[in-house]
Amino acid sequence: MTEPRFFEGPQKGNLAAAYAAMDADIDVVTAYPITPQTTVVEELSILVGEKEFLDRGQKTHYLRMESEHSVGASLVGASYAGARTYSATAGQGLLYMSEMVHWMVGARLPIVVSIASRGLTGGAWNIWADYGDIISQRDSGIMIQFLATHQEIYDSILMGFNVTEHRDVMLPLFPAYGGFVLSHTAMPVKRVPWEEAQKFVIPKKDEWDHIWIDSERPMMAGALIMPQNFYAEFRIKAHEAQLKALPVIKDTMAEFEKRFGRSYGNGLVEPYMADDADVLLIGYGSIAKQAEDAVDTLRKQGYRAGALRVRTYRPFPTEDILQYIKKTKVVGVMDRGIAFGSPTAGALSTDIMAVCQRYESTRDTQIVPFIGGLGGRDITYDEQIEQFKILFELKEKGEAPKKPYKMWGTYWTGLITGPDKVPQGDEEYFGDI
Amino acid sequence: MAKTKIKDIILNPDTKREYFSPGNATCQGCGLDLALRWAMKALGPKTATVSPASCANVVTGLWPKSAPQWPWFNMAFAASAAAASGMKHGLVAKGKGDYNVIVWAGDGGTADIGIQGLSGAAERNEDIIYVMYDNESYMNTGIQASSSAPRGTVTTTTPYGKDQKKKNIPMIVAAHNVPYVATCSVSDPMDLYDKFKKAKDIKGFRFIQILTPCPPGWRHEAQYTIRQSALAVDTGIFPLFEIENGILTLSGKSKRLHDPTKRKPIQEYYSKKNQGRFKLINDGLLEELEKDVKEWWSWIDRHLVYQEHLEL
Repeated sequence: MTEPRFFEGPQKGNLAAAYAAMDADIDVVTAYPITPQTTVVEELSILVGEKEFLDRGQKTHYLRMESEHSVGASLVGASYAGARTYSATAGQGLLYMSEMVHWMVGARLPIVVSIASRGLTGGAWNIWADYGDIISQRDSGIMIQFLATHQEIYDSILMGFNVTEHRDVMLPLFPAYGGFVLSHTAMPVKRVPWEEAQKFVIPKKDEWDHIWIDSERPMMAGALIMPQNFYAEFRIKAHEAQLKALPVIKDTMAEFEKRFGRSYGNGLVEPYMADDADVLLIGYGSIAKQAEDAVDTLRKQGYRAGALRVRTYRPFPTEDILQYIKKTKVVGVMDRGIAFGSPTAGALSTDIMAVCQRYESTRDTQIVPFIGGLGGRDITYDEQIEQFKILFELKEKGEAPKKPYKMWGTYWTGLITGPDKVPQGDEEYFGDI
Repeated sequence: MAKTKIKDIILNPDTKREYFSPGNATCQGCGLDLALRWAMKALGPKTATVSPASCANVVTGLWPKSAPQWPWFNMAFAASAAAASGMKHGLVAKGKGDYNVIVWAGDGGTADIGIQGLSGAAERNEDIIYVMYDNESYMNTGIQASSSAPRGTVTTTTPYGKDQKKKNIPMIVAAHNVPYVATCSVSDPMDLYDKFKKAKDIKGFRFIQILTPCPPGWRHEAQYTIRQSALAVDTGIFPLFEIENGILTLSGKSKRLHDPTKRKPIQEYYSKKNQGRFKLINDGLLEELEKDVKEWWSWIDRHLVYQEHLEL
């Protein structure tokens, strides 16, 4: 057998994604370039002809499509035929694919599409890390994961098909990671040996249980359905599948850890010193991983800080999050993406406020929404220390401190504020740029 | 290829069989129904169909009923050529490469919203048959003009008549240099059958445009569907031809209509009396329509002249 060109060492996030898809033995990859995802599909165009895979009899069809909408459609078409399918996109591309994203859910197709998240455009182009793109698909019914490290990108895509193709789930999965922050930087990544990957990844089927192409058993899919028939029930079934995916994700993570010794919390959330924390900072993506450093520093100074990284965002791991919120009364939630006009301007903080209503014991939790890192702006370690300090001040004094970047109850970490133009209430806040 | 006769169809149980079940939800005199019926006799049931939003989506079956007796997948409006591309590769990957994969799209789903996917699939020379059933407007949504509607057509979005000429889709596809492009009319079902039969055995991207009259949309009585589609051919408005690997051949009745004097006058077709959608046609418009027909044939001539040079 041909030795792999890459097995272990420094690797870019996008290339780790491409290797993971190949190690999961995908049948069809359909591709269209968009920054900062492009190098995923570039690398896949090489890997489908790589001796390492060809020698092992792996045949992957590579389709060079003419748009992201067509990428989504071709994934749907290939998946209808029972093929294991993968692609990658980002930002505007995901928005353009959106119709087909919803289609994948409605047709219950187990497609995996990784997202190198980036800013969205209208007023000005932005291609840097911002989860506004994937958050825009929040209610489409896809499963969404936020990844924090290069190794996690590889591992999550390899694990992905075990979740999507599980009989209880049959929903697409969109794992997202920060554009450029992870996509174009390199960190140590270790692949799973190909043979072991084949033993781990869910066995392929000739066709799915609910949809097939067979002239002997002809099926029509996507027919018009009247209000009095089962449209509502089909939609509810997809919601049920989301909830059923929670234990499947956990089991997959446990099995992966048993075999390969790596894990990311329980697959749903990853706590860091959260058990005995006085204040908890919840976040997602690589900045939530960075918060662990801030926790270390604060612990050394005698503050009992804790962090919780939400790895799986849809389905929402309500119980797993509440388990940690129950232990503290002051919780900060950090969003990297803006949900215009929502109660907190952040999707995760709004969700967490909602789930805290579930139990008597969490109803009086003080939730402090933070938003930052929009369009790739750095969230520094110092800024995260300051976020924790805000939470500690709230805990000690019972009141959240005023900050020039606090507006409408949300702290806009890293916002540009002019030295002489400290905003008061709703006043001008941009200052001199 | 010898021309198939109706007798051959009836005597062969595979072609005698109806794959598109009777009792489906098409309107009386529906051209699409005829086209699908005859196309499937040629293709047979080992065919997976992808169909974008169109009348075909609705008339083939309200859930849970289904008229097609072969695999049928309704698809998002802009997405059928791409979905069919993926489906063919998926089938090959799963060891079912012997299935025909066809797109069954209307003119809106082809000439307007679906043209990106059509062009992409043609350029990649995907191994699929793309069928455009052309009723020259968005009939399913209630008769709105598409870019495939002829000049002067009155629809619910062109109440004063459409100002622009009909988009020449077969020539746009032919410019991709695909292995097979053909036009056919439901007035000549044997020609339609033969073209599908031929297309089935060709590998690569194949495109077939079918003129399918729509009595409610064209505003004519249901019994005149065949007459309308025959008249479109006889007047030279809708020429029937095939382009195989770049070589164009006129087919059916259109063979002798290369000579304009042999054609019926276009006002027989473009008239208020003939079709209600042409109620605003006047002499000025007829002059422009005459030019449009000439222009349409000029594309055929370009092919024929080029082919003469090839022979020299």
